[in-house]
Amino acid sequence: MRTYIIKRLLQSIGVCLVISMISFFLLFLNTDPALVLLPPEAEVTDIAQFKKQMGLDRPVTIQYLDFLHRVVLYGDFGNSFVAKVSALQLVGERLPATVKLAVAALILVNLVAIPVGIIAAIRRYSLMDNLATLAALLGQAMPLYWFGIMLIIIFGIWLRWLPISGSDSLAHLILPAITLASWILPVNMRLVRSGMLDVLNQDYIRTARAKGLNERKVLIKHAFKNAAIPLVTVVGMQLGLLLGGAVVTETVFAWPGLGRLAVDSIRMGDYPVVQAIVVVFAFFVVIGNLLADVLAALIDPRIRLE
Amino acid sequence: MSELVEKIESEEVSAPKGSLIFRKIWHLRLGVIGGLVILALLLTAIFCPLLAPHDPYAQNISNRLKPPVWMEKGDWKHLLGTDHLGRDLFSRILYGSRISLVVGISAAILMAIMGVGLGLFAGYYGGQVDSVISFFVNCMMGFPFILLAMSLVAVLGPSLQNIIITLALTSWPVFTRVTRVETMKLREREFILAATSLAYETWRILLHHILPNLLPSILVLGTVEIARAIILESLLSFLGLGIQPPIPSWGAMLAEGRNYMLMQWWLAAFPGSAIFLSALGINLLGDALRDMTDPHLRKS
Repeated sequence: MRTYIIKRLLQSIGVCLVISMISFFLLFLNTDPALVLLPPEAEVTDIAQFKKQMGLDRPVTIQYLDFLHRVVLYGDFGNSFVAKVSALQLVGERLPATVKLAVAALILVNLVAIPVGIIAAIRRYSLMDNLATLAALLGQAMPLYWFGIMLIIIFGIWLRWLPISGSDSLAHLILPAITLASWILPVNMRLVRSGMLDVLNQDYIRTARAKGLNERKVLIKHAFKNAAIPLVTVVGMQLGLLLGGAVVTETVFAWPGLGRLAVDSIRMGDYPVVQAIVVVFAFFVVIGNLLADVLAALIDPRIRLE
Repeated sequence: MSELVEKIESEEVSAPKGSLIFRKIWHLRLGVIGGLVILALLLTAIFCPLLAPHDPYAQNISNRLKPPVWMEKGDWKHLLGTDHLGRDLFSRILYGSRISLVVGISAAILMAIMGVGLGLFAGYYGGQVDSVISFFVNCMMGFPFILLAMSLVAVLGPSLQNIIITLALTSWPVFTRVTRVETMKLREREFILAATSLAYETWRILLHHILPNLLPSILVLGTVEIARAIILESLLSFLGLGIQPPIPSWGAMLAEGRNYMLMQWWLAAFPGSAIFLSALGINLLGDALRDMTDPHLRKS
């Protein structure tokens, strides 16, 4: 088990490094801070002087190593070109809103996916199962942001039940959370269903039934516990999807989180902030994957012995 | 993830026989519907100059924000109404099919070439080659996809061609994963061993012996990826990083329509429906193709 965790940990660090490298070079190619930070009437000599001061005249690799050094040791991504404060501070201010949204969506997804998936598996090819399959099919073809806009039009504008933008109260959370949840709900529902179907055919379920356990106990204690293993892995992996979906959802609902900050920063060319967000996002995704793998290995010995 | 997906896909194997056949026919029927939707989409894209009642770029400010024909004040001249510049929404949606199809198909082909190539190498050579490629795939999977695509477009500049490149550059790992696993399985089979012992060149084994066996899975995956690329293109356009106005892209139209959703809901609703229907049609066809090529199903 320990070797497995260490191996996965090293892999994760490698992934983080590569991602930091890609994000650094992407933006290195893209932007010349001298042009962004200096007034347009700056002389050529001023620009050269500025570049020297900022260390921008050094070779790219040295600049990258310097960037990495600052980020890893001090969490210093530089200052935002626009807001003139530390990029990490900006990210920190916006992070809670995104986490709130993502957690709400994740809870919602599992509240729906688990019971519906289980029922669909037990009553296979029933009306319920077919409806769930149909909903999953439609859900996968639905552009997330369009779904959000339709929710706004129906529940915000026509029915006036819910607020359509901002984040002041719990009511503000409802539509964005539903939108974001719809992004990953189809996959999870199918996963619970297929996991349950797999398990329900196993001998130990027959044994459990044969020894006279009541059906609910068989389903929850014996079947679902085993069917949940792939779900754990997938939820970990979905962190990345969820954050990606948050970028879109936050833009649609004017939700003041990291995703909207990312879109705004990319549009305005505020690269230190973009870099900070990419690295923070990647960090979350990698940690999520790592935790999911370790958790799955803890639950299921077959994985760690592979 | 791919194992899980495979698991989901092979779940139908143990179904009772009668309902399995029913399910199969049902699936195929859905596949036919999907195929028809795609055919309609293709025809629209090819013949939209003939079908469209108006020039999609023609502005008419005095005629702006007209509602669709069935609403009060709507008229037959503008079936789905007009947008904020008085352009005919219906014509613009018809023309939008071109953008979506071109982006979807080219991006899928490009990512398939990249992904399948790398997957073949990783699966065939194994060892170090496999480790390096797999590590790279893992990195790509760890990268927050939308952010990567957004930054890439920001670097390259938002043009049709760059959107396609961006989508391909960010989505190829799916193909690599599938191809790699399948190639590994095939590598051990007798006919590949025979080809190897005949001292065929590697490229010949890869292209003539392994690749043809992978085509069904690649085709299925490619179909699904077309739908994904269409949705992602519209998403990038929606965020203002995709196809630039005034070119009629469904995503860009949706983004413009969003500013008017308080009163003119149709400006956001219809372009979105176009994306939704296209993606649904392609997914249905993809599902049916998968069922047909899936050996588990074929046997039963």
